[in-house]
Amino acid sequence: MKDVSLAKTYALHIGIIALLFVLNFVLPDYHQGLFARIMTLAVFAMGYNLLFGYVGLLSLGHAMFFSAGLYGAGLTVYHLGWGVPEAFVAGVACGALLALVIGLLALRTSGVAFMIVTMMFAQVFYLLILYFAAWTGGDQGLVIQQTSRALNFGSTSFDLTNPTVRYMSALALFSVVLFITLAVVRSRFGRVLVAIRENEERTRMLGYDTVANKLAAVVLSGTICAAPGAAYALLFGYIGSSFASVQYSILPLLWVLLGGAATTLGPLIGTLFMYYVTDITSGFTSAYLLIVGVALILLVLFAPKGILGSIRQRWLGWLP
Amino acid sequence: MADKNGFFDLSKTTLSRRTALKGMAAGAGLALAPGFVRYSQAQSSAPIKIGFQLHRTGIGAAYGRWYERTSAAAVKAINDAGGIGGRKVELVIEDDGTDPARGAEVVGKFAKQHKTDIVFGTLFSHVVIGSAPAAGENKIPYFVVSEGHHVASTKLNRYVFQPGITDVKSQIKSMAPWIAANAGKKVTQIFPDFAFGYDHRDYLPPALKAQGADVIAQIAIPPTESSFTKYFPQIPAETEVIYHVMVGPAVLTFVKELGEFYGSQRPQLFGFMDSLEAVDINSPGLEFLDGSHFWEGSPRYAQPDDSAAQKAYRAAVGIDDNGAAVGDPKDVSTASHMFGCWETLYVVKKAMEDAGYKGPEDRAKLVEATEKLKEFAEGPEHPQGPKIFNGKIHQCFGIQNISKVEGGKLKVVHKTKIEDGLYEPEGDYTTQAL
Repeated sequence: MKDVSLAKTYALHIGIIALLFVLNFVLPDYHQGLFARIMTLAVFAMGYNLLFGYVGLLSLGHAMFFSAGLYGAGLTVYHLGWGVPEAFVAGVACGALLALVIGLLALRTSGVAFMIVTMMFAQVFYLLILYFAAWTGGDQGLVIQQTSRALNFGSTSFDLTNPTVRYMSALALFSVVLFITLAVVRSRFGRVLVAIRENEERTRMLGYDTVANKLAAVVLSGTICAAPGAAYALLFGYIGSSFASVQYSILPLLWVLLGGAATTLGPLIGTLFMYYVTDITSGFTSAYLLIVGVALILLVLFAPKGILGSIRQRWLGWLP
Repeated sequence: MADKNGFFDLSKTTLSRRTALKGMAAGAGLALAPGFVRYSQAQSSAPIKIGFQLHRTGIGAAYGRWYERTSAAAVKAINDAGGIGGRKVELVIEDDGTDPARGAEVVGKFAKQHKTDIVFGTLFSHVVIGSAPAAGENKIPYFVVSEGHHVASTKLNRYVFQPGITDVKSQIKSMAPWIAANAGKKVTQIFPDFAFGYDHRDYLPPALKAQGADVIAQIAIPPTESSFTKYFPQIPAETEVIYHVMVGPAVLTFVKELGEFYGSQRPQLFGFMDSLEAVDINSPGLEFLDGSHFWEGSPRYAQPDDSAAQKAYRAAVGIDDNGAAVGDPKDVSTASHMFGCWETLYVVKKAMEDAGYKGPEDRAKLVEATEKLKEFAEGPEHPQGPKIFNGKIHQCFGIQNISKVEGGKLKVVHKTKIEDGLYEPEGDYTTQAL
């Protein structure tokens, strides 16, 4: 029985990636570009989900990890002329380091206090970006020129501004992180994280170091969130402080809630849903955020576990 | 106004990307063949579609409302006079929420879904900068009405233009001679601690220095601040002019508290109308501004010497003599900026006609034709005044107005010359590949 659900899980995840791969060839141009953004930001939501969904730690500061990646990659290209791979690694490393420091400090709190402390740290990060406007471009931001956004392998060069290259790069990042997430949640470590979410005291009594496990989860979550930040700078060519604002801390929470917390594919579904509701409704009314809000309220009332969470609860119990 | 395309409308796809599904595409193409034929027949008379990236929601909504009205009026005037190259003009509007990430998506939507000929109309700097890469990647000309220095800095790309409104560096530079000669030589600056304020922080001191005046103090106020009294003791006692550019809802509190601090004995005040765009100058708390001076791009209040073109422009846009919407005195316009929409659309018309523009395949020709433009004469197409255009930095330069608050109105007391605002180009877009 266990092997059957494992096979189903892998088939589903590989199927989703295959579907996304095929969509590159069939989607109209505009939607191909939109999907590249959605996959990139879905990775952000996946990183958030790891902490919120599996550990039960509600952070309101994850924009700082995303923007650590964004600025870590963007500024090294802009000021130091680094290549794409080095800049991407720099962005992810910035996120990992920041997550370690924030984790060490913020995990001294829990519950509502953790939420507030992470929000405050994110606000500090946001204000630092404005304060060092001479380097960061402040609230206006900076443009990473097209010529700097090429991925070179020997004599072969991939232009990240090419729609297909961009789509495939976003898909590659999405796929890698999806399988990392899947591996983590199925591992012993992942089960300990769920145990902490369900009953931290009991987990500690069983002999697990809950603080060390939570710290590892914060670092992993922050690192994963930095990766799409770095990718965003390199794929879309703009870095700006709005990505560090509180709005970008709340968005991944909404995407995860919509798609289904503690589901590996929920973040993708939530991001996709929110993006398209906004994109379609904004064509009809300027009150599109009201429609998004109503959709969220309806979801919380009638499907509090999110789209995929509800599907898992009712029909597909084996969904990871 | 927008023609909303269906999600899986196969006619909207790029066939080259779809070799894997060539057979399916061929079938779909066959099925849609009558439609293609009809389209190709109609193309020569099909309307020119201008993608209007509008701040309909978000922090820029007050500006967006007036940008929309001004642009609609300009399009009506252009269409009534025969359109562009004999083709009607159609605005396709998408709201960017005054957000740079959404802005970039909207530019992509114009280029790939609506298939507009150009993108136009953005005001807020961060949205322009956030959207510029998308314009360059889609190779779609992007005409902004932002007044930011970002276009002229040549840090964006060859597809971005600002031909209808001067940039803030030029505006500040052209204010300096009048301030030094008429208001005072010792200037204290008070500005918001973010990019808009930094432009003033960085460009005013050298401009004043060149006129024999000095900035003796610079006071940056955090954007989250709601009370300002604690900053006023930092203003040096010998200050002759306070140069203020506070923006946003806090400006009313700022002026009120400045009034309480100084009473009747105040230094000269000089501000930028950006502080009070869409705000009634007679709002409670603003009495302290009486007798002070402001930069205005285009005068809010009708002036005795208004040209016939200026009068016609105001009537077409629908603003009364007080700069408010005709029939709604409380709906105050953003007169200092919105004229840029009107003038930019006429620049687009001129450049398209010069380029012999037929459709999106001529976008590169449109870029080159725009870069070749040199000057725009004052008249119905450019009611704010004459301008010169630098094709290398994609930026126009024009006259500015200095107005005095008198009896609850703004009266223009000085008009600068174009030369007052010129500066050395910082780069050259024309060296970039198209």
